[in-house]
Amino acid sequence: MPRSSLTIALVGNPNTGKTTLFNSLTGLRQHVGNYPGVTVELKKGTAHAGDVELHVIDLPGTYSLAARSPDEMVTVDFILGHQPGETRPDVVISIVDANNLDRHLYLTSQLLGLGVPVVLAVNLIDLADKAGMKFDFDRLSRQLGIPVVPIQANRGKGLDALRSAVIASAKGQGASGPTFPPSFDAEVTALSGDLVGVETFVIQRLLIDIGGHTERVLARKFNGPISGKVGEARQRLAQAGHPVPAVEAKARYAWVRQALTGCVIRPATRKLTFSNKLDAVLTHKVWGTLIFLSLMFLVFQTIFIWASPLMDKIDAAKTWLADLVHDSMSPGPLRSLLADGAIGGVGSVLIFLPQILLLFAFIAVLEDCGYMARAAFLMDRIMARCGLNGKSFIPLLSSVACAVPGVMATRTIENRRDRFATILVAPLMSCSARLPVYMLLIGVFFSDPWYLPGLVLFAMYMVGFIVAPLVALTLKRTLLRGATPVFVMEMPSFKWPQLKTVVRRMIDSGWAFVYRAGTFIFATMILVWALLYFPATMPDGRSFAIEKSRRQDELKPLSEKIELSRKNLESLEAVNPADDEAIAAKKAELEAMDGEFAPLKQSLNRLDGDWKRQSCLGRAGQALEPVFRPLGWDWRLGMAALASFPAREVVVGTLGIIYNEGEVDPGEIQHADDVSETPLGATIRREWASDPRSPLAKHPTAVALGLMVFFALCCQCVSTLAVIRRETGSWRWPIFTFVYMTTLAYVGALLTYQIGRLL
Amino acid sequence: MLTLDRAVAGQYLRIDAIDGAPELVQRLMEFGLLEGEIIQIVGFAPLGDPMELQIGETRLSVRKREAAGIAVTLLP
Repeated sequence: MPRSSLTIALVGNPNTGKTTLFNSLTGLRQHVGNYPGVTVELKKGTAHAGDVELHVIDLPGTYSLAARSPDEMVTVDFILGHQPGETRPDVVISIVDANNLDRHLYLTSQLLGLGVPVVLAVNLIDLADKAGMKFDFDRLSRQLGIPVVPIQANRGKGLDALRSAVIASAKGQGASGPTFPPSFDAEVTALSGDLVGVETFVIQRLLIDIGGHTERVLARKFNGPISGKVGEARQRLAQAGHPVPAVEAKARYAWVRQALTGCVIRPATRKLTFSNKLDAVLTHKVWGTLIFLSLMFLVFQTIFIWASPLMDKIDAAKTWLADLVHDSMSPGPLRSLLADGAIGGVGSVLIFLPQILLLFAFIAVLEDCGYMARAAFLMDRIMARCGLNGKSFIPLLSSVACAVPGVMATRTIENRRDRFATILVAPLMSCSARLPVYMLLIGVFFSDPWYLPGLVLFAMYMVGFIVAPLVALTLKRTLLRGATPVFVMEMPSFKWPQLKTVVRRMIDSGWAFVYRAGTFIFATMILVWALLYFPATMPDGRSFAIEKSRRQDELKPLSEKIELSRKNLESLEAVNPADDEAIAAKKAELEAMDGEFAPLKQSLNRLDGDWKRQSCLGRAGQALEPVFRPLGWDWRLGMAALASFPAREVVVGTLGIIYNEGEVDPGEIQHADDVSETPLGATIRREWASDPRSPLAKHPTAVALGLMVFFALCCQCVSTLAVIRRETGSWRWPIFTFVYMTTLAYVGALLTYQIGRLL
Repeated sequence: MLTLDRAVAGQYLRIDAIDGAPELVQRLMEFGLLEGEIIQIVGFAPLGDPMELQIGETRLSVRKREAAGIAVTLLP
């Protein structure tokens, strides 16, 4: 039993190995904490040092404590003990890069003002050694006034010394840090009279950060007069030759330089490092662009193509399990809830995992090695035109495969407004779930001439590529309005990615999706299942479910016989192809059985269709027919669109049921050689033509094109909405996304149909 | 007066003054871009914007419109 425990906060610049240190200290004992109102997460873990238990918190990587958004305020709030439900840390570990001490100590100097003991962990000393640098850490410790421990986080070196230093300094006082010009201190003291209970550090931030987070929060808390007084104080400081924000940067860098005097010896001539040579190639006009395009192709190929065998396996496991439940339980709501609702729901969550894990493996490698900043550098010009920045590119590219990992990938975008704009337009990219819908309708209505299928499919992808930037621009001028965000970005030195970091990132993202988004996806799947299942009573009082099951059982022996007979015929043809008589006899037998099977199967499909048509969702589709009429849709298309709320590809299966073709597997449509020859394809063609007065018969291509545009623009994907909720921390944004995309989809389908009708 | 956005790859420059939105100025200064500091232009992105520069051991990407507020003097 540990006799005492300490709370330790880890603070450092991005790319200092902060997360590596956190992992080395805590091992596998980690969990993630979320806070209301902010989108950042804090990782927490436990470590032991002798009989002291250390609660370690990994705070978000940052260059400065100057906060412009609630997200950036988390570090300050946490260290000052303002974060509700969290204890104030006993010690702060400031982790810095040995190769770049002067810049990294800027953040350390800010930490010293928070009144908590600080221990300096100087990381990456192996690289500094290699570069020929020499350090005097004892002198540095004396000059900074805090303990200094050289470490090598990736190899776990120096961690014992770090833990001892942390425990030793826990009882001590915080060091003092840089001093500001007396006129600045005087203004802070003057303001503190009006701001009762506000820490000196926060008042300094109020004065320095023009338009920052502190200014907004304190103006709200202490009402009007503060803003005016702060403005006047800033003016006086400017007249005295100490304008904000320069006064802070000058004071801190002067202090850092003083503290570093005589502590670091650099080799006289700076060698052109390997990292710099690599940088020259990777940002080169020709080579850099080529490498970037190849890498992006690899990323895209991986999540689009190479994830699918894994996804097929999950899908197969889902079907197997559902069949197992189906065969071992008696018919009724419970069996259907388990087999169709619950297992289907779990399956539809797990199916995203291969794409998420693979994409995050890539992102983790690209980020850990330092390439991510180069990719953003190369793409920034193009993305800036859409009101976004270079870091939006990879999330949007990933969204072409699937918006779920795409939205999660936006975490690399620091600026909140750019990040939200990227999240909100990511679902407009044509994802792989839209393919079965496109393939079905293109196969039925746009198969001739030869170039038409490709052209229509291309046009559908273009819809997303054109609409997304337009929406992004509109959002940046309305809802997410504000000055163009600062895009000053560090280009970190290249280093080898660490396997541990990459694996950890994959597990974190996969877990985050399953745990936080999965529950909501699951609940929605169950809800839509219920809406399609109930009421389950036939007009004559019998149960649809039991009747369906009875007929399925009836069909089973016959279909097994047909399957067996078909296999016999095949082996006969293979072994003895000359025996025409026997083959003909087998064929006749098979045909007779097929003739017996077809009407039974048809009546089963009709029963299924009747059931779904009178279900809650079916009735809703019929009630909403006037809404769909301007699009040229009948209630059946409307109902299929409603039923596909959890996931777009469901529309193919639902259409199958409504058109009495039984449940159709979207994959079957996608992989069919000729879609118009599949049962569903043929039925759609026939059914649409059946009523010559309906728009479906008069303008089938216009309706089909409109339907595709609808599915290209709509957000019929509960997984995407759940992930947006998770990443933005509020229901506001997924609801907004659903409403705006559905409106766009409706208007798009309306225009397509109405214009197509006239042509 | 020369501004940073008009510099050429490979040049060494001394910063004379930094002007712009407070948020931008603060961010640049936090990265060590202060009056009197010396920076080197590493290069430009393939489409001509943003630009990469080096200050001390740090390499930064800065958009040209952000660099336009930084007055510099060309060093031989």
